[in-house]
Amino acid sequence: MFKQAKWNEKLIFEYDESNTYKLFFEDLPENERIYIMNSIPGKIRRENPPNIPQLSEIEAVRHFTRLSQMSYGVDLGVYPLGSCTMKYNPKINEEIANNDKILWIHPYQDEETIQGILKILYDLSLWLAEIVGVDKVSLQPAAGAQAEFTGCLIMRAYHKDNNEENRTEILIPDSAHGTNPASAAQAGFKVVTIPSDDDGCIDVEALKSAVSARTAGLMLTNPNTLGIFEKNILEVSKIIHEVGGLLYYDGANLNGILGKVRPGDMGFDIVHINVHKTFSAPHGGGGPGAGPIGVKKPLDEYLPVPTVEYDKHKYYLNYNKPKSIGKVKGFYGNINVLLKAAAYILHMGYEGLKKVSEYSVLNTNYFLKLIKDNSYIRLPFNPSIPRKHECVLSLAPLYDKTKVKALDVAKWLLDRGMHAPTIYFPLIVKEALMIEFTECESKENIEKYARALLEAIELAIKEPNKFSSLPQNTSVKRLDDVKANHPATYALSWKMYKKKILSRTPHLN
Amino acid sequence: MIPMYGHPYIPNSSKKITEMMIQKMNISSIDDLFADIPQECILKRPLNIPHIESEIELIKYFKSVLSSNLCFHDMCIFLGAGCWPHYIPPIVKSIVSRAEFLTAYTPYQPEIAQGILQALFEYQSILCELTGMEVANASMYDWPTALAEAALMSYRVTNKKTFIIPYIIHPDRKSVLKTYTEPHGIRCVEVAYDKERGVLDLDDLKSKLNDDVSAVYVELPSYFGFIDDQVYDVSDMAHSKNALFIVGVDPISLGILKAPGDYGADIVVGEAQPLGNPLNFGGPLIGIFACRDEPKLIRNMPGRLIGITTTKNDSDRGFTLVLQTREQHVRRERATSNICTNEALCAIAAVCYLSVLGGYGLKKLGETILYKTSYAIKKFNSLTNVKAPLFKNTPHFKEFVINVDNTGKSITWVHKQLLRKKVHGGKIITNEYPEFGESAIFCFTELHSNDDIDLLVNLLEEILR
Repeated sequence: MFKQAKWNEKLIFEYDESNTYKLFFEDLPENERIYIMNSIPGKIRRENPPNIPQLSEIEAVRHFTRLSQMSYGVDLGVYPLGSCTMKYNPKINEEIANNDKILWIHPYQDEETIQGILKILYDLSLWLAEIVGVDKVSLQPAAGAQAEFTGCLIMRAYHKDNNEENRTEILIPDSAHGTNPASAAQAGFKVVTIPSDDDGCIDVEALKSAVSARTAGLMLTNPNTLGIFEKNILEVSKIIHEVGGLLYYDGANLNGILGKVRPGDMGFDIVHINVHKTFSAPHGGGGPGAGPIGVKKPLDEYLPVPTVEYDKHKYYLNYNKPKSIGKVKGFYGNINVLLKAAAYILHMGYEGLKKVSEYSVLNTNYFLKLIKDNSYIRLPFNPSIPRKHECVLSLAPLYDKTKVKALDVAKWLLDRGMHAPTIYFPLIVKEALMIEFTECESKENIEKYARALLEAIELAIKEPNKFSSLPQNTSVKRLDDVKANHPATYALSWKMYKKKILSRTPHLN
Repeated sequence: MIPMYGHPYIPNSSKKITEMMIQKMNISSIDDLFADIPQECILKRPLNIPHIESEIELIKYFKSVLSSNLCFHDMCIFLGAGCWPHYIPPIVKSIVSRAEFLTAYTPYQPEIAQGILQALFEYQSILCELTGMEVANASMYDWPTALAEAALMSYRVTNKKTFIIPYIIHPDRKSVLKTYTEPHGIRCVEVAYDKERGVLDLDDLKSKLNDDVSAVYVELPSYFGFIDDQVYDVSDMAHSKNALFIVGVDPISLGILKAPGDYGADIVVGEAQPLGNPLNFGGPLIGIFACRDEPKLIRNMPGRLIGITTTKNDSDRGFTLVLQTREQHVRRERATSNICTNEALCAIAAVCYLSVLGGYGLKKLGETILYKTSYAIKKFNSLTNVKAPLFKNTPHFKEFVINVDNTGKSITWVHKQLLRKKVHGGKIITNEYPEFGESAIFCFTELHSNDDIDLLVNLLEEILR
């Protein structure tokens, strides 16, 4: 039976001062130290060292190793978070990226000393452009959300150039990722929400009545967050383009169509790619990722500076883009992460990438086959349409009968040593479980997951009261979200915790 | 045709398993599952991308392409300017390579992710100790985006549209700031520098401060490495106009420089890459974002926040994502920021780095870097016709500008000559700041030995002779 490690590990601030420290640099004689510190004006000189605990090295290693044991990654087990594409992160990519010739290269080095990395970045930008069907790719955005923001700014700059500054609206389906509307608003746009139709696709009639001379563009993910391919995509593209708008592709769900259909061929003008999803770079507990953005001509003129170019003799960084939207982040992008994507693409090749989408889709539908006859699970929107990279189930029938929620079922799965799906998303599905196995999960594991889900439902019907005390087998039991978020009790740092909580309840110390 | 043996990353891709699955699903082939896609969209040719199947060849390929790079270990490099070379103790790599951290997602299910959450809570806490703030988020992409988000937040908090920045500022920070603020009609106004010392010209600041100013932003140390000691005055001036006071920091200086909270900062931004993260050709970096414990500020913060709580039955302490109603996945177009993926693993590297260095170690490291800087200035001053630092009478930390106008040579020529001798000079700023002439920013950290600095200066002497 699964039982996660539970170490009752102290915060580093709670360690006894061991008064060791790691001196990995040249120390100065006392008189030199005093002399040098006196060069800093007294009013901005720090007299006492900051309150950062000094752990001996063995204490630090144990501390963080214990913390790692109280965490869960793809390397431990199934992790079917929908829309997050938690696929295997090949070890060879780590090996390749762990090279001093990348780790210890400075971004402002002379071009003649960085030809190797520039070549890899240039090639990667060409491969990505070919894979998604666009003309030009910038590797600068740090993540998918930043790429969306970049794409919205490109739309804005393009319309402005055409003297169409009145295009102030971006259309977004109600099933979209939350980053879409947030990115559009951050770029200064008004967001217009488009409903989904009975098939879970964007409602074409609603779209037709929403477009106007104010339309800057539409942001869409295809397959959408329900895992359904937008069958009317060509018509959608026509509707948007006919009113002079642009079509933006949210690449979060690219894994389900890799090598099969290209966003560019569906009519998308701007496309982003989450390399930490589709191209196997690890998620690192929340980041870093990388979010390259590709565009069709003539939008390439607006891409962030610099782009990586090749003039048949040498690779170079091109800042000469007068129409560029400027920079969206420091330097050139999350290079180390991009290198892993380059290794992955080269290692997989076209045949491998095509297999990725085929098996991610096979896995989704195989799973659906295993659970779809259960009457407490609903597959909302037309069940006869095959899902792609992911599927969204509704536990509303179960909730109506037992009051057991999707959240409770998620905790049941954690207790089995399986990560929960994404829950309560997309917002248009009640008690949603959004499940994405990716191509990397074995048939056996998918069957195990299906069985666990069905067992949870069985138990919920028999003993619905059992669920509120779950999980039991993780490092801690269910956490108190109210306490965590209430202004009187929230504590966002050690300092705040001491001031707010420990001073009132000293027994916790 | 399905091959007998499958792909190692795709466990179901062997003929046997694929056929079992297909049979169970009553379909004739995987293609059936794509039949709903309009034919006009389908790609009808192979993608034109290369393929190296063998792991041996793949490793060889990348090693060989990357081998033409010259890295920090191949030559002395004196570059900083937003991405700085610092020693990374091996414990950091060992910890951030742990698969439970590396291959995890954002901790949406807190009960199974306590370790990551606690490490990130510790990161937030340590940042608060360094900056004198009470709240820090779990990371932004980098310093430029942290600054840009601070400008947007100042606008949300004050509803005012002028953001004041120093004239001397990293070009990426300025450019990203402009990119983020322009759509909202926020004006970024630059304050002139004192011609003698490089620091903010307070008279100019006074003339630009008005009731429409949302915030005044200063950097300590500055882009040119000097330390502006007028921060108390700037803080008072900003607050007298009900503007926020924002400070940008290099955290490695905060063992020897006062915490910005001590001189009145409301928000602190900066770059935590120096804390245990390698150069990586400029990315990933990690943006610092911290603020005072004031509900209006906290409610308007961008990014993920980890909080401490207990289990519902009160038996254990625990950690979880908090105040998510600020965030895009809940608030959508009304979110405080669109950020989702951040730089969590770099934050774990930073907290691991600091936990073995400790507060005392950080102070000593700061002193050593200060000493290196002063040693380099002293050495440079032995060169005739080279001005170093450009702004005298101001203390410098880690970086300073050298100017070669009086040698009759261009800084680019000097740089190329150094490079021929396998020494990489500082960042040339002639294009960004023509008024400072033939100049470059040189960077000196604990990684540069006195011998390295001697070598640089001796070569310069030879070149300029």
